[in-house]
Amino acid sequence: MIDMVVSILLGSLTAMVPIVLTSTGAVVSERAGVVNIGYEGILLMAALFGAMFAETSGNAWIGLLGGAFIGMLLGMLHGAITVYLKGDHIIPGIGVNILALGVVAFGIPAIWGTAGQHQVPTNFRIQPLINTQYGSLSPMIPITFAIVFITHWVLFNTPLGLRIRAVGENPEAADALGVNVERYRFLATVYGATLAGLGGAYLSVDWLGVVTKEISSGRGFIALANMVFSGWNPVRALIGGFIFGFFDNLSVWVRTNPAISQIIPWQFVAILPYIVTIIIVAGIIGKVRPPKWDGRPYKRE
Amino acid sequence: MKADKLSNIMKPLLESLIAIIIGVVIGAVVLKVSGYSPVEAYAALVKGAVGSIYGWSMTLSSATPIILTGLTFAISARTGIFNIGAEGTVYFGAIAAIVFTNMFANPVLGLIGGIIAGILWALPAALLKVYRGVHEVISTIMLNWIAFYTALYLVLGPLANPNDPNKTLEVPASARLPLLMKGSELSLAFIIAIVAAVITYYILWHTVLGFELRASGYNERAAQYGGINPKRAIIWSFVIGGIMSGLAGATEVMGRPPSYAISQGMANIYGYGFDGIGVSLVGRNHPIGIIFSGIFFGALKAGATYMQIDAGVPLEMVKVVQGIIVVAVAVPGLWDLVKKVVRR
Repeated sequence: MIDMVVSILLGSLTAMVPIVLTSTGAVVSERAGVVNIGYEGILLMAALFGAMFAETSGNAWIGLLGGAFIGMLLGMLHGAITVYLKGDHIIPGIGVNILALGVVAFGIPAIWGTAGQHQVPTNFRIQPLINTQYGSLSPMIPITFAIVFITHWVLFNTPLGLRIRAVGENPEAADALGVNVERYRFLATVYGATLAGLGGAYLSVDWLGVVTKEISSGRGFIALANMVFSGWNPVRALIGGFIFGFFDNLSVWVRTNPAISQIIPWQFVAILPYIVTIIIVAGIIGKVRPPKWDGRPYKRE
Repeated sequence: MKADKLSNIMKPLLESLIAIIIGVVIGAVVLKVSGYSPVEAYAALVKGAVGSIYGWSMTLSSATPIILTGLTFAISARTGIFNIGAEGTVYFGAIAAIVFTNMFANPVLGLIGGIIAGILWALPAALLKVYRGVHEVISTIMLNWIAFYTALYLVLGPLANPNDPNKTLEVPASARLPLLMKGSELSLAFIIAIVAAVITYYILWHTVLGFELRASGYNERAAQYGGINPKRAIIWSFVIGGIMSGLAGATEVMGRPPSYAISQGMANIYGYGFDGIGVSLVGRNHPIGIIFSGIFFGALKAGATYMQIDAGVPLEMVKVVQGIIVVAVAVPGLWDLVKKVVRR
C-alpha cells in the first residue's frame, strides 16, 4: 500500500512539472494583460531544441537552458506582435502552435535522421536526485517549487509585481502614474514563454527522454486551464498542477501496464486528463475573475 | 470611395502575399542551414505541384479537405470565436462515413453521416461556451485529444479491416464519390468543397443568420442590444463549422483513392484541422479567399512529395513554411510595416 502511494506521489510530482511551469508563466503574462495560447507550440519546440542542445553540448542542464532560451525567443516574438504592434492576442499563438508542428516534424529527421521519434540517450538526460524502485525524484521538482514560490512572492509582495498586475488590471491608471505599460507587458510575456520553454525541455531531456511530434500532448492548453483554475495565482496553480499531473501520470502509467490495458483499452485512460480538464474548467468558471485588461491591447490616447 | 473599396480588398491580399513570401524566404534559409539546396527543393516542389495536369489534380485533391476545415475556422472567426476543433471533428466525419456507407452503400447517406457526426462533435464545445463560459480554445483542444484517442480505438478495434492490417473497413465501391479525372485522386469531393465555400459565403453575407453571426462577432454587446441573441449565433457557428469538418472527413474516405478507408495511425485524416486554420487566416477568413489559399496550401502538400523524392528534403519541410506563413499573417498591418521599412 505504502509503496503504491509513494509511486503515485512521485509520478504525479514528475508529471506536474511542465504544467506547473507553464501555468506559472501564463499567470504572470496574463496578470500583465497578455494572453498567449502558443505555449503548446513552445513546449514542443523547446523539447526538440532542448534535446539538441543537450546532445551537442553533452550537458543535460544546457539542454534545459536551451529550451528556456527558445521559449524566450518565442515570447519576444509574441510580445512584439501583441504589445508593440497591438495585434490580436490569439492568432499569433495559433501561428506558433502550427509552426511548432512543422518545426518538430522537420527537425527530427533533419537533426537526427530518424523519422517520427528520437530517443535521448540516458547520459544526456537529467539525473534524478533520488532513485527508488517506486520511481525517481528529478531535481527539476524542487526547482519548480522554488520558481513558483519566488514568482508568487514577487507578484504579490514587491513593487515589480504591483506594476505587472497594474498594467494588466488598469493600464490607463498605471500609465498615468508613469509605469511603462509596454515594457512590463513585454517582459511578463517573455517570462511566461521562458518558463514554458524550460517545461518543454524538461519533457525531452528529463521526464520522457524522447522527442516526438506529440510530446507536448496538449499540456500547453492544460496549463492554461490550470491557470484559470488557479484564479491567476501561482501557488494555487501548484495545487491544480498536482491534480492535472496525477491524471497525466495515471494515463502514462496505465499505457505501459499490460495488466490494466487488457481490461480497459488504454485509449480510454489516455483521454482522462482531457476530460478532467474540461470538467474542472466548466466547474470553476464564475468563481474566478481574470485580470480586467486581459487580452486587450493597450493604445495610449 | 471607389479607390477606398479597392484598397480594402487589395490590402489584405497584399498582406497575405507578403506573408507567403516571408514564409518562402525563411523556409529557404532553414533549408540552407539544414544542408539542402533551396533552389533545387523549391524547383522540385513547384514542378510536382503545378508542372503537369496530374500535379494539378494532386494539388486540388489535397486542397479539398483543408478548404472545408478552413471554412470551419472562418465561420467561427466571423462570429468572434476561435473554433480550433476541426481536427477532431474530421476524424468522426470520416468514421461516420465509413459506418454509414457500409450500412447503406449509398454516397449521399455517407455524406449525411459525416455531417451528423460533425454537428454532434461540434456541439459540446458550443454548449460549454454558451452555458458554462468555458473558453472555446481550451474545450476544442481537449475535445481534439479525446477525439484522437477515441478514433484510434475505433480504427484499431471495431472498424479494423480483417483483410488488411494497414487500414480500416473500406467504403464500398457503390458509395464512392466519382473521380473527375481517370487515374487521379481528384474526385467530386473537390466540387463539394467549392460549393460549401460558396454556400458559406452566401450564408454569411446574404442571410439573416449570417448577419446575426457577423454582428455578434463584430460587437457582442451591440448585437445583443439590437435584438440578436449571441448564444444562438455561437451555437449556429459551431454547427455550421461542424458540418464543414464532418464533410472534410467523409469526403476524404469516400473520394480519395487509393485507400477509401482510414489508414494505419490515421495518417490520411490527421492534421487537416490545423492546416485549415492556416488556410483560413491566409484567406482572410473569407470563404472565397479560402478557396485560393486552400489551393495554395494544397500545392505545397502535393509538391512536398516530389521535393522529398527529387531533392531528398523531408516533406515535413513544407509544414515549416506553412507555420512561418501563419505567424507572419498574425503580424498586424504587415503591409504598412513593409512600407515603413522600405521608406527608410
